[in-house]
Amino acid sequence: MKQGNSLTLKFMSGAGFVFLYAPIIAMIVYSFNDSKLVTVWGGWSLKWYAELFRNEQIMSAAWVSLKIAFISATLASVLGTLAGFVLSRMRKFVGKAMLTGWVTAPLVMPEVITGLSLLLLFVSLENMFGWPAGRGVMTIVIAHTTFCLAYVAVVVQSRLASLDETLEEAAMDLGAKPTSLFFLITLPLIAPAIISGWLLSFTLSLDDLVIASFVSGPGNSTLPMVIFSKVRLGVTPEVNALATLMIVAVSIAVIAAIVILHRQSRYNDVNK
Amino acid sequence: MMSETTIDKKKHRLTWRLSELRLGRAAVILVPMLWLAAFFFIPFLVVFKISLAEAVIAIPPYSPLLQWDSSSAYLTFKINFGNYLYLFESRFYLDAYLSSLKIAAISTFFALLIGFPIAYLIARSGPTKRIILLALVILPFWTSFLLRVYAWMVLLRKDGLVNDVLMATGLIDQPLQILQTEFAVYLGIVYTYLPFMILPLYTSLEKMDLNLIDAAQDLGAKPYQSFFLVTLPLAKAGIIAGCLLVFIPAVGEYVIPALLGGSDTLMIGRVLWDEFFQNRDWPMASAVAVMMLIVLVGPIMYVRNSNKEVE
Repeated sequence: MKQGNSLTLKFMSGAGFVFLYAPIIAMIVYSFNDSKLVTVWGGWSLKWYAELFRNEQIMSAAWVSLKIAFISATLASVLGTLAGFVLSRMRKFVGKAMLTGWVTAPLVMPEVITGLSLLLLFVSLENMFGWPAGRGVMTIVIAHTTFCLAYVAVVVQSRLASLDETLEEAAMDLGAKPTSLFFLITLPLIAPAIISGWLLSFTLSLDDLVIASFVSGPGNSTLPMVIFSKVRLGVTPEVNALATLMIVAVSIAVIAAIVILHRQSRYNDVNK
Repeated sequence: MMSETTIDKKKHRLTWRLSELRLGRAAVILVPMLWLAAFFFIPFLVVFKISLAEAVIAIPPYSPLLQWDSSSAYLTFKINFGNYLYLFESRFYLDAYLSSLKIAAISTFFALLIGFPIAYLIARSGPTKRIILLALVILPFWTSFLLRVYAWMVLLRKDGLVNDVLMATGLIDQPLQILQTEFAVYLGIVYTYLPFMILPLYTSLEKMDLNLIDAAQDLGAKPYQSFFLVTLPLAKAGIIAGCLLVFIPAVGEYVIPALLGGSDTLMIGRVLWDEFFQNRDWPMASAVAVMMLIVLVGPIMYVRNSNKEVE
């Protein structure tokens, strides 16, 4: 009876994994397709990769997106770490419930609402104070920092919650000032969470289409905006090549992160 | 005498340190708080304000609520509920809301159906296998959302792989129109949001005490009985969290209906987008956003509260 049960389970979850990976694998295979017709096989070729790197529109948009992602992820990591720290280490203060709400809500908020509301804020601010003058990289950075901040805060908060507080208490008993306590004890302990928060923010910012479309100005198209306008008109083989490159990069990063975290958790287990 | 001054000095230093502490504490709290107030909370108030304005052909394309007439020294305050009235009067918006809720609910259900066995298998695997399987779930979550939707565009075309396979197996003799249908939208939502379902399910299933199932089976429960009477109730928190994490963003989804859906696939996120980018009716787009928020505020609060409990 038990054996049969686990066989059904294996079959069902196996089908689930096939569902998760079949489209990705198909896209990778098609990226090496020589044929101009995406879905007709014309033999192996690296043609579309060459085509991709020659496409100036895609390349310049990729550069804009990488810049925005780097700045937003860094800002979000600083602000998100502060928010996560405040929420998990500081006892009651006025507005704590509000801050909890503001940190959690962006995680599920439909992107069209976030995008529209930030755009209207920027327009109103410009009307009232003349800042920000026009929209572009800076307004996208502000928007991305805001929603990435929430992800960092949640990751940092859960890391702090699982952390043994005795180390921090010991440092405090030994007379460490709050700032040195934070930088010498707490920060190194939550560093893995901050790094994974940074990486998550970086990929989320690199991937965002909807919010960036609302808050960007003319001439500041990000990579997803260029991809979207291309694939809207139909499938384009260069996008397959681009997707493959991104998938490879992400896979390497995720595998590296898991290996590092796994090693660290084993190290922690041994030390306990 | 001497000792008193030392004590005074110490006291002084202590109060100084305390006030420094309080200042530092306030600063640490205020920095993220002010950022989120400015760029998350206040924008909603702006949306609400503009939803009460009228669309005009100007830059920016909406009428001001307050107007100061300097010649007559009159301050006029103009609120326009027309956008909201129109939302309720026109079948179009109501249909779009209902159809979004329906599409999101059905997709959530299927995501749960597909996600549960995966989460269950991962939670019951050994430590190394568990990490590998978790990585396999997380990997698509980190790869571009837009490109994963695009991958389905390639697969579902008339000459795409799905139709080729179906024709080769003889199930159909004419290629099916799958792309640009509501079915493709369901598929896209389930596919892209599946990791959001699996991860909370896994977390709650992992915490479960397996002895409880053994106990139930020792007491004569059949496997399906122990599943429905023991496992499911214990995984309730994960099921609710996973469903909300899929349902809420799916209601406002724009990219998936735009790329996979047909022109008749009505979703409110798409309506908002078109209202804004094509009709340039900012006040109407704002009213649509406010109504969407009102519909979703309950589920969003629920997510927030469950997050608080974790804390």
